[in-house]
Formats: sequence, structure tokens, C-alpha cells
Amino acid sequence: MELTFYIAAAVAILSTIMVITRYNMIHALLYLVVSFMAVAVVFFTLGAPFMAALEIIIYAGAIVVLIIFVIMMLNMIQEDVQREKEWLKPSVWVGPALLSAVLLAELAYILLGANPSQTEALVAVDAKLVGLALFGPYLLGVQLCGILLMAGIVGAYHLGRQKKKVIHRFLQERSAAA
Amino acid sequence: MSTASMEAALLLAGILFMLGLISVLIRRNIIFMLISVEIMLNAAGLAFIVAGTRWVQPDGQIMFIFILTMAAAEVSVGLALILQIYHQLKTLNSDAANIMKG
Repeated sequence: MELTFYIAAAVAILSTIMVITRYNMIHALLYLVVSFMAVAVVFFTLGAPFMAALEIIIYAGAIVVLIIFVIMMLNMIQEDVQREKEWLKPSVWVGPALLSAVLLAELAYILLGANPSQTEALVAVDAKLVGLALFGPYLLGVQLCGILLMAGIVGAYHLGRQKKKVIHRFLQERSAAA
Repeated sequence: MSTASMEAALLLAGILFMLGLISVLIRRNIIFMLISVEIMLNAAGLAFIVAGTRWVQPDGQIMFIFILTMAAAEVSVGLALILQIYHQLKTLNSDAANIMKG
């Protein structure tokens, strides 16, 4: 279990690095699916099997497919990949990467420098416990999630709607001729 | 699982969050920025799961479910916004969207 965790963690980090360095969006999304699956394996080794299933179903299934559909609607061509390559110059990414690495180093120092607490065996928290807590003390949160999803649907419909252009038909003919 | 691997799991969450942060900072393509926000949300959920496992309580996993719901709503609204920006400006460059002309 220990070795599984470390292998899955390495796969997750490597595939996420591949996501953020790709020029082609579809390639990045495929690596993103690999990254989410590796994180699902990490969840499984941490004793959260239900969350591993949810991670694959919702993140790798629903969200990535939604992004792929939008990319298909945008008609990306080879020029866009070239332009992406121009945008991602070393002078652009060196500064933020260094500063973020400093922050990560501080975080690692705090995490690894803390005095370790007592060692315990891993106990899995299964779906039954999660469901009992979810529909017991957290019932209000579930209802708020429902409201949030409803607002998301309405907002996405409102924002994604194409506005009909009101053009006079003479103007339309002229623009078609030009 | 020993506590050393708990710290390793928290460190993994930190590394994934940092990768998402770097990507948000260096990318100019707006879809890549949305993907990076997903990576960061996923890393935050991983930290919650680790905490839930450490104290053998279901609260961490419940918080992950809430984060999952929020990510789903956020990505649908974000993609609708990206479609509108692309139709108005004909580009995915986030620098081009610095004027909200409506």
C-alpha cells in the first residue's frame, strides 16, 4: 500500500507537469485524465474508496469531457499550437516558477519539520459513514450544493446563449456581397 | 499507513497546488488557466481527504464532495464565459479580454 501510494504520487506529479507544459490542448487534457486517475489511486490508498470513484466519474468523466466539447466548438488549428509555443517562452515562465518553488519549499519545510505525531494504522472511512454524516449534520450543505448547481446551470445557459444579431436585410446583403 | 506517508500525501497536495499555480501564472490561453484552476481545486480536495484519513472522520470526504460540486458548477460557468469571449474577441488570449465592453 505504501509503495502504491508513492508510485501513484509520482505519476500524478509527472502527468501534471506534462499538462502545464503542453502546447496542444487535447494532449494536455489527456494528461489531465491520467493525473486525475493517479490522484484517485492516492485516494484509494488513503482509505477513501468512494472518493476515488467520484474523482474518476466526475473529474475525469464529466469535467474533462465538458472541456473537450468546448475545445471542439472552438475549432483549434495548427496555428494555435504555434502561437501557444510563442506565448510560453522561458522568460515568461521562469519568474513565476521560481517564486512558486520558494513557496513550496517553505511549505515542505513546515510539513516535514513538524514533530511527528503518533503512528497509527490506516483505517478506511467507507461510503456508509460518509453518507450518514452527509445527510445528517451536513444536510444544509447538501441543499446549498443543490442551489449552487442550479445557479451554475442557469448561469451557464444565460452566458452561453448566442445573441441574435439584428441586422437590416439590406445591410446583410451588402455584407454578403463584400 | 504511517504518519510519514501522511506528510508525503500533504506534500503531494502542495506540489500539485504549486503546479496549478505556476500554470495559472504563466499561461496566456484562457482554457489552460481554467484547467489549472481545476488542478488546484483537486489538490485542495486531496489535502482534505488526507486530514479526514488522519483523524478517521468522514468530514474530510464530505468537504471533498462539496469541492467537487463547486468545481463542476465553476467549470460550466467558466466555459460559457470562454465561449462568449471567443465569439466576441475571436481569440483565447486572456490579455485581449482586458476591456469589458459588454
